[in-house]
Amino acid sequence: MVDITPADGIPPAEVAEVELYHPHSWWTKYVFSQDAKVIAVQYSATATAIGLVALVLSWLMRLQLGFPGTFDFITPEAYYQFITMHGMIMVIYLLTALFLGGFGNYLIPLMVGARDMVFPYVNMLSYWIYLLAVLVLVSSFFAPGGPTGAGWTLYPPQAIMSGTPGGQDWGIILMLSSLILFIIGFTMGGLNYVVTVLQGRTRGMTMMRLPLTVWGIFTATVMALLAFPALFVASVMMLLDRVLGTSFFMPAISEMGEQLQHNGGSPILFQHLFWFFGHPEVYIVALPAFGIVSDLISTHARKNIFGYRMMVWAIVGIGALSFVVWAHHMYVSGMHPYFGFFFATTTLIIAIPTAIKVYNWVLTLWRGDIHLTIPMLFALAFIVTFVNGGLTGLFLGNVVVDVPLSDTMFVVAHFHMVMGVAPILVVFGAIYHWYPKVTGRMLHETLGRFHFWVTFLGAYLIFFPMHYLGLMGVPRRYAELTDMTIMTESAHHLNSFISVMAFIVGFAQMVFLFNLIWSIRHGREAGGNPWRATTLEWQTPQTPPAHGNFGKDLPIVYRWAYDYSVPGAKEDFIPQNMPGSFGPSREPA
Amino acid sequence: MAETLTHIGHTEPRPTGWRGIAADWSSDQRAFKNVSWGKAMMWIFLLSDTFIFGCFLLSYMTARISTRVPWPNPSEVFALRIGGSDIPLILIAIMTFVLISSSGTMAMAVNFGYRHDRRKTAILMLLTAALGATFVGMQAFEWTKLITEGVRPWGNPWGAAQFGSCFFMITGFHGTHVTIGVIFLIIVARKVWRGDYDLGRRGFFTSRTGRYENVEIMGLYWHFVDLVWVFIFAFFYLW
Repeated sequence: MVDITPADGIPPAEVAEVELYHPHSWWTKYVFSQDAKVIAVQYSATATAIGLVALVLSWLMRLQLGFPGTFDFITPEAYYQFITMHGMIMVIYLLTALFLGGFGNYLIPLMVGARDMVFPYVNMLSYWIYLLAVLVLVSSFFAPGGPTGAGWTLYPPQAIMSGTPGGQDWGIILMLSSLILFIIGFTMGGLNYVVTVLQGRTRGMTMMRLPLTVWGIFTATVMALLAFPALFVASVMMLLDRVLGTSFFMPAISEMGEQLQHNGGSPILFQHLFWFFGHPEVYIVALPAFGIVSDLISTHARKNIFGYRMMVWAIVGIGALSFVVWAHHMYVSGMHPYFGFFFATTTLIIAIPTAIKVYNWVLTLWRGDIHLTIPMLFALAFIVTFVNGGLTGLFLGNVVVDVPLSDTMFVVAHFHMVMGVAPILVVFGAIYHWYPKVTGRMLHETLGRFHFWVTFLGAYLIFFPMHYLGLMGVPRRYAELTDMTIMTESAHHLNSFISVMAFIVGFAQMVFLFNLIWSIRHGREAGGNPWRATTLEWQTPQTPPAHGNFGKDLPIVYRWAYDYSVPGAKEDFIPQNMPGSFGPSREPA
Repeated sequence: MAETLTHIGHTEPRPTGWRGIAADWSSDQRAFKNVSWGKAMMWIFLLSDTFIFGCFLLSYMTARISTRVPWPNPSEVFALRIGGSDIPLILIAIMTFVLISSSGTMAMAVNFGYRHDRRKTAILMLLTAALGATFVGMQAFEWTKLITEGVRPWGNPWGAAQFGSCFFMITGFHGTHVTIGVIFLIIVARKVWRGDYDLGRRGFFTSRTGRYENVEIMGLYWHFVDLVWVFIFAFFYLW
């Protein structure tokens, strides 16, 4: 099982081969599957399905904002429910689940040269608990009183009071239960991803040879394992406040002239717990995007990534820093000026590793052989969008600038650009990039380009005007803006325009979905390595990869993931498992 | 590893300083040498669980230092009346003693496990489980006593309502951990007793063979639950 002597520069195998679970029936092969690739597809499909619900909710919100008073069924209560569920679904049930559960499950074992995750059974449980969490979430739409309308931040005391939709009905209970389930399920998967990267790599695969995709997903998963506990605890405590009448977060408060039973709790405590989770969550979504986009750019520009080491350290540094910035979400909650100073400083320091990453992407493109494939288009779109959203982050990170902008559309524009549009663009790019590996067929090119241009330009036309609305002082989370003096006529026109663009961009996503389904059968045959990429997932003997990923023997890694256009090499890419020397590689020693 | 392998086949001298640290951590195939997957996974889970208990305890401390109502005196609340006099913290002292002792029997079980002494390992694990169950039983007794005295999650006769909320939540969450530990101790003890780890019998769910290392991994969890109790004891009962 373990050989001792290294031969021809091949390190000895340290990791014993573990016998894979072999499915016995259709059920254990496709439904209760322990294969990370099947679990990845299950995660992705579920996340996409619930994401569609969130997309429809955003349309409903835009209907109300763009054409106020036209649609009677969108009451203020319903509007708050839409806004809450849209935010929560997009951030947690779509983006987190898709990046870590979807891409993580598919790519980690293939990219590090493993046969599967280290504990496939636990990995399978992770998906089913995630599905249960999604079902509980969906059930709140059908519960008496509907889903919670507390805003995705679920701030107490309003979250569990009768004035808030779902506050004294089932909505908030189902929301919190669903979050608790999600965290339990995620922990099972997350432990698998982390241990597979740390302990399950193939021979020759040092961590400094990992593709940046794996670094991004790995770091994000570690962060999630440390950040989700805060949300778990906050959810448990709020659930107790709501169900048992404890007062963790509830101060003495009266409602409709009646004194409630609660007394002595601290709403600010919830904010601290929530944002101790909430801020790392931003980077849990962003870091996998950073990693994936690095690989897309390098592959499609046929050039090694610039400053690999710095890219790794920037990912790790951003991950660490994001745990000490959380209170910048709470400037308007009031805090000692020194704390504001501290959190503003740490927040702005994050700009340094982030800027390093942006410069390195640009320098990777510099004088590269840029192929404007669809994944590359999405990667380029990501860079500009992320820079855009990042710059408004500098505004909001400063206390004095944040306070007047807080709770305006400017904030909405900022976080949609930086953690909504930017990661989603990477998700699309990654799907166009890896779909041929998952299905064996390419996505339709023309439909893809249509999807890209409408999504990219449309997203700017949606969110760019919101900055101006925000600077004018238009508040967020208001169901009705009609009679406000700050809402000039041009602002109303802008709102209607944004709504129309939202429908157009949403429609483009339907085209994308159609492409996804249509291409499974009718797409062009892709072959094993259509992008001529170096990483291990493209070197599998079968496409789609069979159970166990690689053939009889696991691949042995001889080089880093970025040997593109090496002078003297026959091809413009050298797979990681290709032995031999071909000329001056730029692999850092 | 003295040197790093390169794609050219020859070796390069091992880097020093920070680069050396990075090279060690990122070295070939596994970051933690000679650490099995299961053990690595348990350690990382415990790290995550530490954050959960950390958040619970910090929330409790926040509630306690920010309340304007007096906090019930733990020495009086947790006293038992034995032989006509109130003995403060007596029950909790016994509970702590029982749980710490169970860590001792667990450590012995790990030792005998690695010697493949099935009988002694299984007996010691069952003894550990029994001590754990005793702990949970005494906790149930303590809960019953407090409830009959009028302590509820939403209030109590002596002061801040958060006393009951935090007490039931944190000890309840810890007690759940102990209970899960007891269940898994019994499962692993059964496997040891049956000789699963010698015969290479496959798990019912996972269809994987286990090793005597599983006893140690089980032990990691158990010691963690003990350690958490020490913090709960210190912050809740002694403060």
